[in-house]
Amino acid sequence: MDILRFITAGSVDDGKSTLIGRLLFDTKQIYIDQLEAIESSGRVNEDGQVDLSLLTDGLKAEREQGITIDVAYKYFSTPKRKFIIADAPGHIQYTRNMVTGASNSNLSIILVDARNGVQEQTRRHSIISSLLGIPHLVICINKMDLVGFDEKVYNQIVEDYKQFAASKLTAKDITFIPISALKGDNVVDRSEQMPWYEGPNLLEHLEKVPVSNDFNLDDARFPVQYVIRPHTHEHHDYRGYAGKVISGVYSKGDKVTVLPSGQTSTIKSVELGGKELEEAFAPMSVVLQLEDDVDISRGDVIVKQDENLDVSKEFEALVCWMNNKPLKAGAKLLLRHNSTETRAVVRQIQYKVDVNSLDNIMDADQVQLNDICRVQIKTATPLLLDKYDNNRANGGFILIDETSFTTVGAGMVESITHESELNYMI
Amino acid sequence: MNKRYLDYLDQLEAEAIHIMREVAGQFQKPALLFSGGKDSITLVRLAEKAFRPGKFPFPLVHIDTGHNFPEAIQYRDELAERLGEKLVVRNVEDTIKKQNLSEPTGRYASRNGLQTYTLLETIEEFGFDCCIGGARRDEEKARAKERIFSVRDEFGQWDPKRQRPELWNTYNGRISLGENVRAFPISNWTELDVWNYIKREEISLPNIYFTHERECLIRDGKLMATSDFIYRDPEDEVVTRKVRFRTVGDMTCTAAVESVAYDIDTVIAEIIESKISERGATRIDDKLSETAMEDRKKGGYF
Repeated sequence: MDILRFITAGSVDDGKSTLIGRLLFDTKQIYIDQLEAIESSGRVNEDGQVDLSLLTDGLKAEREQGITIDVAYKYFSTPKRKFIIADAPGHIQYTRNMVTGASNSNLSIILVDARNGVQEQTRRHSIISSLLGIPHLVICINKMDLVGFDEKVYNQIVEDYKQFAASKLTAKDITFIPISALKGDNVVDRSEQMPWYEGPNLLEHLEKVPVSNDFNLDDARFPVQYVIRPHTHEHHDYRGYAGKVISGVYSKGDKVTVLPSGQTSTIKSVELGGKELEEAFAPMSVVLQLEDDVDISRGDVIVKQDENLDVSKEFEALVCWMNNKPLKAGAKLLLRHNSTETRAVVRQIQYKVDVNSLDNIMDADQVQLNDICRVQIKTATPLLLDKYDNNRANGGFILIDETSFTTVGAGMVESITHESELNYMI
Repeated sequence: MNKRYLDYLDQLEAEAIHIMREVAGQFQKPALLFSGGKDSITLVRLAEKAFRPGKFPFPLVHIDTGHNFPEAIQYRDELAERLGEKLVVRNVEDTIKKQNLSEPTGRYASRNGLQTYTLLETIEEFGFDCCIGGARRDEEKARAKERIFSVRDEFGQWDPKRQRPELWNTYNGRISLGENVRAFPISNWTELDVWNYIKREEISLPNIYFTHERECLIRDGKLMATSDFIYRDPEDEVVTRKVRFRTVGDMTCTAAVESVAYDIDTVIAEIIESKISERGATRIDDKLSETAMEDRKKGGYF
């Protein structure tokens, strides 16, 4: 049994809450007391059934202000898989929420109202999923009951979407499913109304999507989080580097380099909880011991020698801006990339990205909340970066305001200028 | 199947260890809030995995209402002793005297709410900048929106509107003077995940998690253990039943469930069959109003 993390995108009218409620209800994850709480609130739908959308109802603070805050997480499991749902509100001003929920997801469910077909927000949610590197998209054509379960309507929407996807999206795995979240057709149970659809229902698909390949096992990256030094009689000279294998594989005997210092050594042991392991691979949290006494502290990254990697202080990235105060060229911020925190300056804002069309908008001197822009960044400390497209686990970073310390931006590395190239240019 | 395949419990464990090490790396003076319940017992096992053969970079801190189950207290002391880790206990009783607080009275009297005062006092006394807690997002709808690193102001208050977006596995623990963070490493675990992990790791638990005969009084259809601390009406019906506890908190607000589950396997089977949620079955404090948890969290609760 493994884990699938997915995000659901759509606005209230698309039936997103109903779909989540349906998944939880039909997989029997809803308890009687939770149903009673909804019944006692007196809200039922026209069929006299409990309104499933209320299962994802929010906080008092949200109801009072008629807003949805950030992302809510929901859980359910079947004998095949554990599922973690990031439920993000899909309204236009909530790009920031969707980016947040998408950052940890392997799959994105995009809801299309069968009556309206592919809309601006369908494109927006798809583009954001694609920018965040989500490998699997599921396009649920919902409310099929309201179009008479008509195959032609479904086919037309699939055709329209494919045309859009071909020119704008990078995701390789796109699946289409006609559903009715309200009536339960093709969500957990097969629809009797749509015999023309021969594919899997939504839950079957979620259970089968292969996710183990979504971890990058090629590029070995081990950011050190903490150094374990027991100073006891038994472990007098013990020095263990605690961290997470964010990508790649490490085993005893591997020749490694520590960046940014460039010192080299060999892995003496790979451990977890004091027990030695044969190897460690992403996303395991382990301890590495090295053969040589090298100076390593939090923020350093242990990589393999054969990769010949280099750190850099200058790079270009896509940034989703998450703060009310606009971002301007020249802004000084804190940048956190895995275990490293450093000061950074946004040297140039190159253009804004229209998330509805993926078009570039030039002359973008000010970037507002929920904008996505391409920027040039310089950091005070050299970082070991990967392009986000090549390695999601090492290509993302966050930007932090220097005085309020709140998280104001999320970045994805697009191109890197290496130290060696810089030296050459001087 | 892929040779390098990580089971769901291994994935959850790896994530929790990573979060604990981020706490150790980002904060000067962290603490692990330990209640003697199964979730905080699980946190202790995860801390062993994260930091052995070294010592924990934080003490275990217990906010004792004085109304806890004696079995849980005994377990707490034995665990700290066996691990050789530092245990800090602070008593709600002392806070009540010092701050001249009034004890809640009446049928639903519980010191559960007063724990917040003692917690904030303890945070101030030691200068803790981050407290690790065992809250899970599946427990309650206010917790479903909680971050893994949750920033609190100097009154410990949770402000859902001020929450920081949390992306990838990058946790922002930067705070201003006076603020502190609550960190929740098992946010993504469900009740069943915790039990399956306890089973896999062969972790021993206080025996009140398993069936035993106990004298209880029936309150609003729930079975409350009799003790010196619980409010009793003369007409309260007192019964002896075979029960176990699904959550272990303060005796005055934690209800028992009728059960014959005598070991971890039978408990897991029982949870799978259960039709009522963990907090719904056992917590009187959440029933007081629809937004009880949200309100408590805003007031500085875990």
